[in-house]
Amino acid sequence: MSAIPRIYLDNNATTPVLPEVFEAMRPYFGEHFGNASSIHHHGQETRAAVERARDSVALLLGCRAAEVVFTSGGTEGDNLAIAGLTGAGDHIVTSSIEHHAVLHASRHLEDMGCEVTYLPVDGHGLVDSDDVRRALRPNTRLISIMMANNETGVLQPVDEIGRIASEADVYFHTDAVQAAGKVPIDVKRIGCDALSISGHKMHAPQGVGALYVRKGTRLQPLFYGGRHERSRRAGTENVPGIVALGKAAELAMQGFDRQNDKKMSALRDRLQHGILAQVEEAGVNGGGAARVPNTTSIYFDHIEGEAMVISLDLKGLAVSTGAACSSGAIEPSHVLVAMGLRADRTRASIRFSLGKQNTIEEIDIALALVPETVARLRELSPAYRKQAVHS
Amino acid sequence: MTNPKTIAVAMSGGVDSSTVAAMLRADGHNVIGLTMQLWNQRRLAGHEGMPEQVTGRCCSLDDVYDARRVAEHIGIPYYVVNHEERFERDVVRPFVAEYLSGRTPIPCSLCNNHLKFDQLLVVAQQIGADCVATGHYARVEYDDTRARWLLRRPADRSKDQTYFLFGLTQEQLSRTLFPLGGMTKPEVRELARKQGLALAEKPDSQEICFVPGGDYKRFIDAYLAESGEALPDTAGELVTASGEVVGEHSGIHNFTVGQRKGLGVATGSPLYVIQINGADKQVIVGSDERLYSRTLRARRINLVSVDDLRESKRVAVKIRHRHEPAAAMLERAGEDEVLVTFDQPQRAITPGQAAVFYDDDVVVGGGWIF
Repeated sequence: MSAIPRIYLDNNATTPVLPEVFEAMRPYFGEHFGNASSIHHHGQETRAAVERARDSVALLLGCRAAEVVFTSGGTEGDNLAIAGLTGAGDHIVTSSIEHHAVLHASRHLEDMGCEVTYLPVDGHGLVDSDDVRRALRPNTRLISIMMANNETGVLQPVDEIGRIASEADVYFHTDAVQAAGKVPIDVKRIGCDALSISGHKMHAPQGVGALYVRKGTRLQPLFYGGRHERSRRAGTENVPGIVALGKAAELAMQGFDRQNDKKMSALRDRLQHGILAQVEEAGVNGGGAARVPNTTSIYFDHIEGEAMVISLDLKGLAVSTGAACSSGAIEPSHVLVAMGLRADRTRASIRFSLGKQNTIEEIDIALALVPETVARLRELSPAYRKQAVHS
Repeated sequence: MTNPKTIAVAMSGGVDSSTVAAMLRADGHNVIGLTMQLWNQRRLAGHEGMPEQVTGRCCSLDDVYDARRVAEHIGIPYYVVNHEERFERDVVRPFVAEYLSGRTPIPCSLCNNHLKFDQLLVVAQQIGADCVATGHYARVEYDDTRARWLLRRPADRSKDQTYFLFGLTQEQLSRTLFPLGGMTKPEVRELARKQGLALAEKPDSQEICFVPGGDYKRFIDAYLAESGEALPDTAGELVTASGEVVGEHSGIHNFTVGQRKGLGVATGSPLYVIQINGADKQVIVGSDERLYSRTLRARRINLVSVDDLRESKRVAVKIRHRHEPAAAMLERAGEDEVLVTFDQPQRAITPGQAAVFYDDDVVVGGGWIF
């Protein structure tokens, strides 16, 4: 069972570390081991590496190096921004399709005396910027709306929301974890005060991320300790991770120059169109909106996504559905539910997300595996058989 | 191995099902480990006097962790499948409703009928498995002469679980393996040790998996409160068989037939619950000898070793999990109803429990006592 070729199309969950990224970080496990806060040679070496990485991340986000705070990942960045920019009595505007890092942080702040508005989305999975404007109150302190959704890949109108936030003089944070490395990001154009990214969603390792914090923004830290990261994030730097994130940012920038994002979307479209051409009663969730180039969420009527994911995994194709709960069981996606998708379709939806390592050959193998698996599962579905007899 | 199959093993994270997975894997089968997520233990934690700490066994993260470790150790793919909705609908709701009607339910049988050997079989088929194997102590075999699948008591009678499995249909039995049917529990533990399973010494689970600490009354209160439903008022009178009112009670769901404690009535001789009359909310009490009865009626019959009950049949009947099957005559008493007449009166025949009919070690069938 272990000998089958494995194809990985779950890159929104995590991505493999690219070989160049791994090579870049490798010396910082061994020869360059210093604590970046130390004053001696070893410390200076790693300090320089951290600051070079900060420059690369700043280039990726279109900000100054001093505005980049390294974190342990997307969840920390989201928590730091949301908790760090608000206090009891403040009102927060967010959406119902945010990552749990934002949703659960917001819920916690509700317990701590904040008020939170969770905006709905339309059938395409889009937040309406007019809803954002209408949700503002005199005590609104923060708007937190994601840049790209992890389930559907749908890009949210962050530029407009940034303008609304700036006019109303409230903070705007955007969770850009699923956008970074996939589409160009420019914090000036978005007009955000904070933006979080995660290393492992862009071919750096798990355990590192960054939060952009606009210069002059007063941010309450989550951790207390040393004066690392300009007192915004205490704790000895994860130097190998930070170096890797810097390299991944560099590679992402080169990728945009080479129009790799266009190639990625062509590959994604090949997969999506190929599936829809072969499988009836299937459709794209959020297909009518602008999306990041690597993601497509497809529902296959009359199947259980859970059985589909397991069946495909047993054949070597890794995809996902919904969100895994702590046991590893699958729960219906809150994103698809918020989009108003029928309950059976939320359970029948599969997310395919590509990474830089995926090849056209892999996509074509997936295009053979998916239709045959859907056909077999439908064959075993009493509801589908009944319908087939009647039609 | 002449005929390797693809087998889905229902893994609970306990010794039995883990050993089954290891055995089948060692025999060269393609084994897929599946754990059913049936109930969220945290759902009622801290509710209405329920423990804050999650203490129930079913679907606890520790058990999933154990199952996952075993799967990794023996080198099989492993998945957790979510059947919470179905479990609540087909097991938890009926469990609550039965108690509120004055009966004493067996959720394990419902779980076997509706989840383990129904939903799980569907998932197994969907993911390409020929059959499902579980760690139940029972035997299943095909009998050519009767042209039926038989369910038989296991080698280790002290672990016999056929009582909870009488509801399996022929179709379900044909796709089910009980690899532990010929083994004793000590042999299973020994095999687990030989296979290097870290959980070989893990204690057996006893209680109803979704009821932490076995306190079903608290569970019912908390469950109804969480669902936003009022606990129906089932309080009423304690009466003797002759109709004399001897006291009051707080609700029929707090009682089970044969119960002695908690009646709150002081009399010379010990009083027991003889019967619960759901319609009148009456709990009927009396002396121990009044608990004995020679007959019972059961409905919702499932027949296993025979396809019909054309004539009455000598069988041994088991009326609760810890009951030695007692000799009786079994006869049809209606479309989906049987009458059991015991040779000797049996104590505390309890509505809501199953009556399972045996012919030696073969399960003839069973039904629900009413």
